[in-house]
Amino acid sequence: MTRLSWFNVTSLTLGFAFLYLPMVILVIFSFNESRLVTVWAGFSTKWYGELLGNEAFLDAAWVTLKVAVFSSTLATVLGTMAAYVLVRGRRFPGRTLFSGMIYAPLVMPEVITGLSLLLLFIGIGLDRGVMTIVLAHTTFAMCYVSVVVSSRLMTFDRSLEEAALDLGCSPFEAFRLVTLPIIAPAVISGWLLAFTLSLDDLVIASFAAGPSATTLPIKIFSAVRLGVSPEINALSTIMIAIVTVGVITASLISKQNAVRQQRDEQTAARTA
Amino acid sequence: MRRFALIAVPYIWLLALFLVPFLIVFKISLSDIALARPPYMPQFSWADGVWDFLSQLDLENFTFLASDDLYWKAYLSSLKIALTSTVITLFVAYPIAYGMARAPQEWRPTLMMLVILPFWTSFLIRVYSWMGILSNEGFLNQFLLGIGAISEPLTILNTNSAVYIGIVYTYLPFMILPIYAALDRLDASLIEAAEDLGCSRLQAFWLVTIPLSKNGIIAGSFLVFIPALGEFVIPSLLGGSGTLMIGKVLWEEFFNNRDWPVASAVAVVLLLILIIPIVLFQRNQQKQSEEES
Repeated sequence: MTRLSWFNVTSLTLGFAFLYLPMVILVIFSFNESRLVTVWAGFSTKWYGELLGNEAFLDAAWVTLKVAVFSSTLATVLGTMAAYVLVRGRRFPGRTLFSGMIYAPLVMPEVITGLSLLLLFIGIGLDRGVMTIVLAHTTFAMCYVSVVVSSRLMTFDRSLEEAALDLGCSPFEAFRLVTLPIIAPAVISGWLLAFTLSLDDLVIASFAAGPSATTLPIKIFSAVRLGVSPEINALSTIMIAIVTVGVITASLISKQNAVRQQRDEQTAARTA
Repeated sequence: MRRFALIAVPYIWLLALFLVPFLIVFKISLSDIALARPPYMPQFSWADGVWDFLSQLDLENFTFLASDDLYWKAYLSSLKIALTSTVITLFVAYPIAYGMARAPQEWRPTLMMLVILPFWTSFLIRVYSWMGILSNEGFLNQFLLGIGAISEPLTILNTNSAVYIGIVYTYLPFMILPIYAALDRLDASLIEAAEDLGCSRLQAFWLVTIPLSKNGIIAGSFLVFIPALGEFVIPSLLGGSGTLMIGKVLWEEFFNNRDWPVASAVAVVLLLILIIPIVLFQRNQQKQSEEES
């Protein structure tokens, strides 16, 4: 299937233009001199300066980052535990309910997740703030982590773990010395996924955050409801740049690792 | 002991922060609105006893939903918008996935990354980026006026058309990836065989390629339809006051009207509607993984 027809080239070009053009326009107009976001009036970086002077945005960014670091770390620990129990564990009472609760949040509309968590927090009298957003994000992100980690656990050779146990490791040592290094890439991508989901989330955070805490998406949403603004374009550009650099670096590292692993395997095969 | 802790910690976490909250929503959907904090009643108290508490719950909010036109229209128009945009997304995604599957082997990882990259970018920003394009003095109108295709700017922003564009744009990767995965596995010799046996290229596409990518099409459609149905951000930024979607209605019922019992009832009904596609999706995924193994 490697004959690209004229039709294929056109659909790929149009498709990727559709995916990227809106973001390219957004980035270009973050450097616009004028406040009008649709009329070009010359190059300027003044909106970036204004953004850096806007304390409300900086505070919100700091809260968002804190929430994302805490919730994604917690979610990675809980999600990895859940994946290990589901893939490796023997049967236990309530296993069906457990796996149901892992998959359900993935398809649950955000408005429902948010509403139900808010009603819980109010019901038990928990003050809403940074902590409740962390709890909310951890809950839905751990399910994503668990799915990513279980798919890795399912494909790797179980006899490695058994060998470690036969050679005298305790189950915990076998996990730490054998399983964890093997599933590490999946755990890391799970963490990254949880981190970006938390950075991104507007709906659940709006329900879980009280008046005392504002995250960046909540701030952006309330600003863009009033219309397009060049500061938001500048902020978006910064966020797009971070993501792009991050994703490209991650894919280069994983490519390098794959090459190294292949070389190691070849060396091992030659010496054997 | 360790094994017990390993199971218990994530289990209890999910029970406390997923299942219990949902039961609370269900309970509040059976309660009545009240001028109190929290704004619903009955409040549970041990002194009055369980029976007294249960006897105050009723289905009033659900009969209210059924009798008020607004909610019917919101559910129906959410279904219509989600369904229509799923079909449009399929038609936009298929040629892209098909082109990717026919691209030279060494391009494919890059093309894959280009499809995944927007997924890592903030959803809110991707929706926002269309506000500047679709507005009356936006780029699309400037462009169309410039080439003389229209003489007056089209009103797209704050209409349902903008909502369709927003959904297709943001969920496109979810449709491309499963279809690409199915097309990538497809054995090229089957198409050659069909052509050798006298099929035209179009017939071969219709009779061989489409049926063999069926699983990807089904999976992608569910991945777009399910989240689109409860969507909130897209209708509230790109849609207008006439755009009725249930996610937005729930939000407004809760934050603007402060009617928690009705908001909870809206959530319960939305979930009941969603159970059907979710179960179908799970079955399809299971069947697919059985076929592969």
